[in-house]
Amino acid sequence: MSDEILLEVKDLRAKVEDKEILKGINLTIRPGEVHAIMGPNGSGKSTLSSVLAGNPSFTVTGGEATFHGVDLLALSPEDRSHEGLFLSFQYPVEIPGVSMVNFMRAAVNAKRKYFDEPPMSASDFLKMMRQKRAVVDLDNKLASRSVNEGFSGGEKKRNEIFQMAVLEPRLAILDETDSGLDIDALRVVAGGVNKLKTDRNATIVITHYQRLLDYIKPDYVHILYKGRIVRTGGPELALELEERGYDWIKAEEENKTGEA
Amino acid sequence: MGALKQYIDLAREHRSTLDGNAPAALNEGRERALAFLDEARRLPDGSDEGYEKTSVEEMFKPDFGVNVNRVNIPVNVARSFRCDVPNITTLLAVVVNDRFVATSTLQGNLPEGVRVCSLRDVPREELEGYLGRSAGGYDAAMALNSLLLQDGVFIGVDKGVKLHKPVQIVNIFSGGVPLLAPRRVIVAAGEGAEVSILKCDHTQTPGVKFASSEIVEIFAGEDARVEWCDLEESTPDTVRWCQLRCCQQRGSRVNICGATLTNGVTRNEYLIEVEGDGCETLLSGMAIGSGRQHIDNSSFICHSADHGHSDQLFKYVLDENASGAFEGLIEVAHGARHNEAYQSNRNLLASGGARMHTRPQLLIYNDDVKCSHGATTGQLDEAALFYMRSRGIPVDEARKMLMQAFMVDVVSKINLETLRDRLRYLLELRFAGGCGDVSCQGCHENMFNDA
Repeated sequence: MSDEILLEVKDLRAKVEDKEILKGINLTIRPGEVHAIMGPNGSGKSTLSSVLAGNPSFTVTGGEATFHGVDLLALSPEDRSHEGLFLSFQYPVEIPGVSMVNFMRAAVNAKRKYFDEPPMSASDFLKMMRQKRAVVDLDNKLASRSVNEGFSGGEKKRNEIFQMAVLEPRLAILDETDSGLDIDALRVVAGGVNKLKTDRNATIVITHYQRLLDYIKPDYVHILYKGRIVRTGGPELALELEERGYDWIKAEEENKTGEA
Repeated sequence: MGALKQYIDLAREHRSTLDGNAPAALNEGRERALAFLDEARRLPDGSDEGYEKTSVEEMFKPDFGVNVNRVNIPVNVARSFRCDVPNITTLLAVVVNDRFVATSTLQGNLPEGVRVCSLRDVPREELEGYLGRSAGGYDAAMALNSLLLQDGVFIGVDKGVKLHKPVQIVNIFSGGVPLLAPRRVIVAAGEGAEVSILKCDHTQTPGVKFASSEIVEIFAGEDARVEWCDLEESTPDTVRWCQLRCCQQRGSRVNICGATLTNGVTRNEYLIEVEGDGCETLLSGMAIGSGRQHIDNSSFICHSADHGHSDQLFKYVLDENASGAFEGLIEVAHGARHNEAYQSNRNLLASGGARMHTRPQLLIYNDDVKCSHGATTGQLDEAALFYMRSRGIPVDEARKMLMQAFMVDVVSKINLETLRDRLRYLLELRFAGGCGDVSCQGCHENMFNDA
């Protein structure tokens, strides 16, 4: 951990169509940290990850996000990726007709081009693919198939972490990576994330349940409710949620607005 | 003055020259063509059923000349090979405008029972047995072609002969003045014969208007297998009216694929008559349009025998201001039992300016069939696009990858691996902007850079 700030989000607001979903998010993340963002359904967890990654379906209506000194919100999704942001999708998209190999080659070479580096040679690329596949035990056969097409739920999530391993992001956002995973797949995926962790990068784990946090240990736990972070604490906060559910948070928040 | 009149006048005025420079079997067709066209008075236009989206009359309106005197127009044949993919050895015939040019690959390489030659070198009686005798009735496309035709390509594979090397026909437009080329290809596959043919249309002189009036007649004998793959890589100034007619005898299998990569205005018509029992018919097409390209495919498959299986897949990707049309008709005739016939047309519009018109149809005259048809037209998948961008793939490249991916299942319809590879490669070039109207030189350079 250091004093250096990797991501600083200030009063971030966003809407989809005409509905405001994020109502002023504040978040500070330093290299080496793992942050968990928890919250009930509809609290804005996935919206936050989409907005940070630059999904054009969402409109930022206020606030700012600074990523290692760069104005993140001013960048295209592809440039955010080049700058080191990675989103592991809750529902990885199937792309029939685009092979995993071509997909990853395009991604890797686009990043190299961004940094004025020549494209990777075919043999270096294949060697790297082999190494990175090992991180999550991804079957070689999947690499020759179309992106996510016909992959099982577990294979799709492994594939996300494989891509993360290839792109070596400075900040990875794992959006409900545990959803749809059985316990063995969860262990492999979480193990992959832990292998990729260094004191130079950081991870945001968005999850519904405490379960994933048994495998990926957070330094901070934030509770998102109605588009705001209403509690921040250590790992014990996740355990408390697991025990008491979200209702006490909801009740306390409703009381606050009632008093105001 | 209508577009047709200039060609009728030309044929009348130069009749003796036309006849003098063409084999007798072709000359015999001119009277009927004249009579038909005199009565028609114009080529099909938007007021004719089936031509609503493409007026042939408009396509042929410019003052195209016809090379009735058989003036030898120089062509850089080697240049067209620059678009070729290495490691594909074919038996090659070149058609310069409408003149058959044999290449050295044909000399000494044709197995016994295989002919790849000019229509001029086919015995008169034999040729008469083929001309106009494949599928379909006599119509304007056949009449215009027959009126002006002086040469063409004959591919004959005798009974039981299996030709393993593909035959390639390279159609090249070349010359300094607007030209119409009447082109005819006859494919005669005898009983149990097998042949794969790749035809590609190129235009070598950019900026000059060219028109092709082409008829392809395929005769698939009993248990014959014929694969036909037609690639158009022409220029925005090229118009093409190409009609493919195919008749299938018992147990034959044909696999026809047409691809329009670059063009001006193209109207392709497929007429297939399944006359024998137990035939298989695969018909697929792809069209990639940008700029102001227009591509119209029309298909008619008629099942008049039993136990036939036909499958059609046509896919279009249209960008910028390109437009496309598809009309497909399946007919299962009275008394034709146990047929399966499927048709699908799927289209991707990549811009607000692109337009697609589609009309799939079925005519079924008995109960004992399995048929389906369907058409969809959609846009690029936004979720896939964002997913790719989030991995760092620039939006333009991601769009191209998705458009190319959309065509993958058409490519997979082709049997011959070398042809599949070639088409895949050309698709990649097409979406990289390196083919057809950009000039063959571009292909050449890309090819060797990639290698």
